[in-house]
Amino acid sequence: MSPLNQRRWSNFKRNKRAYWSLIIFSVLFILSLFAELFVNEKPILVKYQGSYYTPFNTFYPETTFGGDFRAEAVYRDIEVECLIITGGVVDCFDAPEEIIEDAADGIVLGEEIQKGWMIWPLIPYKYNTIVDKPGTAPGPPDAMNWLGTDNASRDVLARVIYGFRLSILFTLLVTVASSIIGFIAGAVQGFFGGRIDLIFQRILEIWASTPSLYVIIIMFAILGRSFWLLVFLSILFGWPALVGVVRAEFLRARNFEYVRAARALGVSNTTIMFRHMLPNAMVATLTILPFIVTGTIGALATLDFLGFGLPSSAPSLGELTLQAKQNLQAPWLAFTAFFTFAIMLSLLVFIFEGVRDAFDPRKTFQ
Amino acid sequence: MTRLLDVQDLKVSFSQDGTLTEAVKGVSFHVDKGETVALVGESGSGKSVSALSTVRLLADSARVSGQISYDGTDLSNASERELMAVRGNDISFIFQEPMTSLNPLHTLEKQITESLSLHQGLSGEPARDRVIELLEKVGIPQPAERLSSYPHQLSGGQRQRVMIAMALANGPELLIADEPTTALDVTIQAQILELLAELKAQEKMGMLFITHDLGVVRKIADRVYVMQHGEIVEHGPTAEIFGAPKHPYTKMLLEAEAAGVPAPVPENAQELVRTEDLRIWFPIERGLMKRTVGHVKAVNAASISVRAGETLGIVGESGSGKTTLALAVMRLISSQGPIHFQDRDIQGLKSRQLRPLRADMQIVFQDPYGSLSPRMTVEQIIAEGLSVHGTEAGRDTRDMVAEIMEEVGLEPDMMHRYPHEFSGGQRQRIAIARAMILRPKLVVLDEPTSALDMTVQVQIVELLRALQRKYELAYLFISHDLKVVRALSHKVMVMKQGDVVETGLAEDVFSNPQTEYTQQLLAAALDHHLPQSA
Repeated sequence: MSPLNQRRWSNFKRNKRAYWSLIIFSVLFILSLFAELFVNEKPILVKYQGSYYTPFNTFYPETTFGGDFRAEAVYRDIEVECLIITGGVVDCFDAPEEIIEDAADGIVLGEEIQKGWMIWPLIPYKYNTIVDKPGTAPGPPDAMNWLGTDNASRDVLARVIYGFRLSILFTLLVTVASSIIGFIAGAVQGFFGGRIDLIFQRILEIWASTPSLYVIIIMFAILGRSFWLLVFLSILFGWPALVGVVRAEFLRARNFEYVRAARALGVSNTTIMFRHMLPNAMVATLTILPFIVTGTIGALATLDFLGFGLPSSAPSLGELTLQAKQNLQAPWLAFTAFFTFAIMLSLLVFIFEGVRDAFDPRKTFQ
Repeated sequence: MTRLLDVQDLKVSFSQDGTLTEAVKGVSFHVDKGETVALVGESGSGKSVSALSTVRLLADSARVSGQISYDGTDLSNASERELMAVRGNDISFIFQEPMTSLNPLHTLEKQITESLSLHQGLSGEPARDRVIELLEKVGIPQPAERLSSYPHQLSGGQRQRVMIAMALANGPELLIADEPTTALDVTIQAQILELLAELKAQEKMGMLFITHDLGVVRKIADRVYVMQHGEIVEHGPTAEIFGAPKHPYTKMLLEAEAAGVPAPVPENAQELVRTEDLRIWFPIERGLMKRTVGHVKAVNAASISVRAGETLGIVGESGSGKTTLALAVMRLISSQGPIHFQDRDIQGLKSRQLRPLRADMQIVFQDPYGSLSPRMTVEQIIAEGLSVHGTEAGRDTRDMVAEIMEEVGLEPDMMHRYPHEFSGGQRQRIAIARAMILRPKLVVLDEPTSALDMTVQVQIVELLRALQRKYELAYLFISHDLKVVRALSHKVMVMKQGDVVETGLAEDVFSNPQTEYTQQLLAAALDHHLPQSA
């Protein structure tokens, strides 16, 4: 790391709130990336007749465990559970509960069995698992569903965890892609200026005044809802956000003496842009980035809330908010949605606040 | 005489990243009523910090200790409210940069009235009368019509006059002037100094004058404090300090003046660059169809000719087009008229065709802080040209960088550091090394010494002269500092508002200037004696 970046990193670390926010956020995000291991309707590890299976990432038909169907085993079914524990005793199809009880001592109906087991994830539901339990949906929090269930009887906690991951991944994709496009567009305009700048600016004005919401609704109506289409459309309308600042930074930097000196040395335009001007524009970009990130999360939630976002099967925080509005008798939905958004956005804002201060050369830290 | 400002054992330190840097280490000075006191020193000596700390105008990271009393009252423990009553009312400030010390969005009337209404409660008609009176006093012509002007409509000198008017608005007892003339042209400088001396005598105020320019001190100050590394090394009446300096540092400051003459041009030297009636006109376009209604004539018909080993000094005030001309010769901006470089017309060559020629012509800029990219190491900066033009056969980049660093007087071990770790003079050496590593034939020097302290200026001039002798370099030397020009140039060209006013051999122009403008310029720059008005 260069001394400048070392100084920035030590400045960032000195901001305790930002530093801890970064740690908490990173832990949450990395855990959510491996959500299949913690939050899943399939076991992590199964021992059946002395061999090991990892259903969380592999397809096993029910026949593997002595069942009848060639479809994937439904591990939550009591019959499948019985088959695995007893090592495939056929009587499981008739009275699974008794057989499981009987199997505790290793002998079933007088015969010795190869005892098996399953290791379940911490939360044994996926975002689309329909929880089979008595009472009407949405159901209140209890020992099985820590944050209750939603109106389709799906576990809210599982949906929040997957929804968090989806929100962040969506935001990262859109932010990175639209920043790169916006950065290049701004750089070209600022560096060359003149006629290119003039024409580009007019195109941008037209582009920015396109009602993006309508376009998204129309495109969804034609092509059907999908995650990748939404990513594409968000990038399509998101990239102008950065153009302004980057263009201004490049317009300023092209008259710097060290840029002139490089030109006098005969350095090519692209090299000048990358080596000399890009680092300057980075700082301005970093101050705008938090707005793009939080804005993108908000935009996704808004679309889902309005019902124009991701497909309804996808885990979506915006859809959870919509359910909360429709089910005021189930306050756990509203509280969950509120705290998820509040914590997620606060962490991001704190982190970026620290980053911005760390990049500010005039800020003194005592 | 009564003590107006009395500072005892002032210490100022700045904390950054947990480390404490001492900027001022226990200085004591005082200003009496009606007296002009100068704080002199090179950049970084703590002179501005000392002055600003008297009314606590420093950044939050500063720690100040010591006794500061103004007119008998103790300021060191005064509350912020008490200080506000003193600032701008009893003690006024003039700053260095007239371009940025005025708010660009306010008219002159509004700027000056602000402080009047704050401290005296004046508004409406009486305030307006007072503003006109003040502007008249500082020598702004037709002040009544100027009231609604914005700062950008004034010249640099006029802006500094407005700043002085603002400082005088409340009839201060003490005026603290922080390098008030440094950013101005020499002829304007002389006028402003004259004005300050007059006003001081009229208003009978004390003045604390901060500067690095000893010529200015000699003209204006009664007593002098010389500062070095945050300490006062010598003080006394001006005549004494200038007549019989005791401290070695003061002696060094006084002797620091670019002197001597350049080595003579070798006989039968080849002509390297020549222009004929080079014009740089920027069109003024109006209306929808971009009709050209006129031209801003930045440079009008300039013909230059420089031989190998020769220096052409281009002299002129700001806005005279001297830098524009040099940039055009290097084909960094567009121009009209032939430019012959090594017997080849380079006007109209495409940038790809120009690239091989770039190695032969290089430029060194004025600001050693702005001309080096802060995010690159010295090695990367110096080696940048090599990445375009290639290294010499059989040598690697690092080897060549080390050699050139040694040649310009830098330790090759320092090549991994970043520019901010170097002083102004060292940075200028880096900039020179960047240009020299390509072994150019022509070097444009755009005010390479203006941003540097006197003692450093002398070293840089020496270095440039040595390099010229060794490699038979042709220099295009741009400066407003006539002393440095005299020390470096074989030929001189004087420019004014885009026109070439006078051109000739250096000794002829300096000893026997032909035009009135050149005479004025020489008088203002080289003659430091003002009519005694105080």
